[in-house]
Amino acid sequence: MPKVKSLDELRKLRDQVKDDISTRIETGTTIIVGMGTCGIAAGARETMHAIMQELESRQINAHVRTVGCIGMCSREPLVDIEQAGKPRVTYGNVYPDMVPRLIEEHLKNGHVVDEWVVGRKTTDDIGL
Amino acid sequence: MSEPIYRADVLVCAGTSCESSGARSVLAALTEELAKTGLDQEVRIIETGCRGFCSMGPVMIIYPEGVFYCQVKADDVPEIVEETLLKGRIVQRLVFTETESQMTVPYYEDIPFYQKQQRVTLHNCGVIDPTNIDEYIARGGYEALGKALGEMSPQQVIDEVKTSGLRGRGGAGFLTGLKWEFTAKAAGNPKYVVCNADEGDPGAFMDRSLIEGDPHTLLEGMAICGYAVGASDGYVYCRAEYPLAIKHLKIAIEQAEAYGLLGDNVFGTDFSFHVHIKEGAGAFVCGEETALLASIEGRRGEPRPRPPFPAVSGLWAKPTNLNNVKSYANVPQIILRGAEWFSKIGAERSPGTAIFALTGKVLHTGLIEVPMGITLREIIYDIGGGVEGGKKFKAVQTGGPLGGCLPEEQLDLKVDFDSLRQAGAVMGSGGMIVVDEDTCMVEFSKYFLTFATAESCGKCVPCRMGGRRMLELLTKITEGKGTLEDIDEIDSIAAGMAAGSLCSLGQLTPGPILSTLRYFRDEFVAHVTEGRCPAKQCTALVQYYVNPETCKGCGICARNCPVNVIEGGRRQIHIINQDGCIKCGTCLEVCPFDSILKVSGETVEVPTELIPIGTWAK
Repeated sequence: MPKVKSLDELRKLRDQVKDDISTRIETGTTIIVGMGTCGIAAGARETMHAIMQELESRQINAHVRTVGCIGMCSREPLVDIEQAGKPRVTYGNVYPDMVPRLIEEHLKNGHVVDEWVVGRKTTDDIGL
Repeated sequence: MSEPIYRADVLVCAGTSCESSGARSVLAALTEELAKTGLDQEVRIIETGCRGFCSMGPVMIIYPEGVFYCQVKADDVPEIVEETLLKGRIVQRLVFTETESQMTVPYYEDIPFYQKQQRVTLHNCGVIDPTNIDEYIARGGYEALGKALGEMSPQQVIDEVKTSGLRGRGGAGFLTGLKWEFTAKAAGNPKYVVCNADEGDPGAFMDRSLIEGDPHTLLEGMAICGYAVGASDGYVYCRAEYPLAIKHLKIAIEQAEAYGLLGDNVFGTDFSFHVHIKEGAGAFVCGEETALLASIEGRRGEPRPRPPFPAVSGLWAKPTNLNNVKSYANVPQIILRGAEWFSKIGAERSPGTAIFALTGKVLHTGLIEVPMGITLREIIYDIGGGVEGGKKFKAVQTGGPLGGCLPEEQLDLKVDFDSLRQAGAVMGSGGMIVVDEDTCMVEFSKYFLTFATAESCGKCVPCRMGGRRMLELLTKITEGKGTLEDIDEIDSIAAGMAAGSLCSLGQLTPGPILSTLRYFRDEFVAHVTEGRCPAKQCTALVQYYVNPETCKGCGICARNCPVNVIEGGRRQIHIINQDGCIKCGTCLEVCPFDSILKVSGETVEVPTELIPIGTWAK
């Protein structure tokens, strides 16, 4: 193990190891995957793995959460993207091959991929 | 294959409390279940230190959601994995339920037990894996040490700690920065930094939890102190009864040395700091600073008169800075966030937070950290959830066996070093025991005195003789043989012990009795003048009778009496022969008609011979 020789080196080390506890740290972004039985049957786990791979390779800090079924089973796998201060957007029928574009457009460029959207919720709608 | 990317962390408390309630089997089941469901590449298990909510243990928190599960058993694990980790649904039956409203509270941050708490000293406890230095560093660990070494002079470090107003968390509340300055200015070389982790008070476990859950905070604080006072060796005096704390501390020292954050040339500078662990054998008196130092040196753990204070002549007669675990643990954040930040937390003359081990007849026992200046009522009712079983609150004992008891009138007292002392209690180690109406205060103070007397090292007469003599007097009172003069004599012995004992063990031993006499004198008087124990707890002063008006003559009490002193046939009013009764209370427990009377200081008129039920007239 290399010795830490200065405060700067410690801070560099800190940034490296920060990812280790990333799920326990606040982030502005949460990606929510519908993981009811219907979602799993429709391939939600593969979609979620693709999302995690994509976040990792692009070094994006976001929480990936699973939720139960919200009833729109025909549009599973459902993926919601929630960013601080923005409406929560729900995408339907999200398969692994769609994930790179979704992350690129929505998280990197800040554009909602309209053609895949099935709904939006403002913070008012969910009673916050 | 590359490192797995984790989307969720399951934090399982593996502190000593949760471990003893079954955390190990939960961890094993969880590991197995995750492997079985193929989730082990995306969900990670972290063993953390104590979360404080020990009455609800084993506890588990699932991030990123922050779902909090209590009293988890190995059998619950498959459901948690299937529902929460796979499908993201909350398992309602494992969620904390608020007693009063019966509302379930699934998220950690919403639980009332945590809401009034402010986690400063314990900010990493239960959040990080204590055996992984990287997690400590990810939370900003060792930056304070780097800042002190790189940007501050030793005097600036001392000034910062002084300005923060941090007072010694060992209980006496001496200004930590001032103590450091004394050691820094004392002549002599080498100098030492010693940490008192000899937490001997029954029911106190805050130091243990801190070391178990966040050992690096202590090490960093000690290293900063070493730099400030000019010491290159530090000793942690920790009880051998804390195996997990010692294990985590050893791992932490090893890891910090591997990074060059402890050991030779810390951060590549000229400053070196080596930490040694000295395991104590469990003598209570070794928590006293001079006895502790003697024990490290390999001598018998006995206190010596002060001055000279350890800052001038401590370990091997060299200048030594000795602080409690929690004092050191506060230092890194003071250096990193500034003295001003710290001085704004808590009360004006007692800045910062206080950690209490809340136990006794309170609904939610556990380890809590609260800002100084919070009231006892807030601690006991808002955090602790009030007295168990709807009973009436009677007293709260603070500061462990050398502390004091406070009554209901003092519940709105703001808790800090000075206010507690004024009220006749002490901050002490931070034990906090709540008792209800069923506790006899004479018996209660006798319990603490028995402990303190047994732990007296015997070196000085006031402590050795005074404690024993007071214990005899208290025993006499609980046996109903006491007199009013005995109470006066207790007062006088107590004053002598407080004034004449060599160390604080003897000086503070009378504390619980003095405070109890101050607030509950009438209970003592009732014992000696009326032969009555108001709480009906002193065996010699209670009697059991069969209520002749409600006895159904079923014979259950007679059949269960272990000494066969209850007479009566079928459908006859039963009679307890008072001469042979050992007052075990079995009849009271087994009577299906609540017809056994437990009284103290009063006589109940009962038949003198066996008569059929329903024929009793006074």
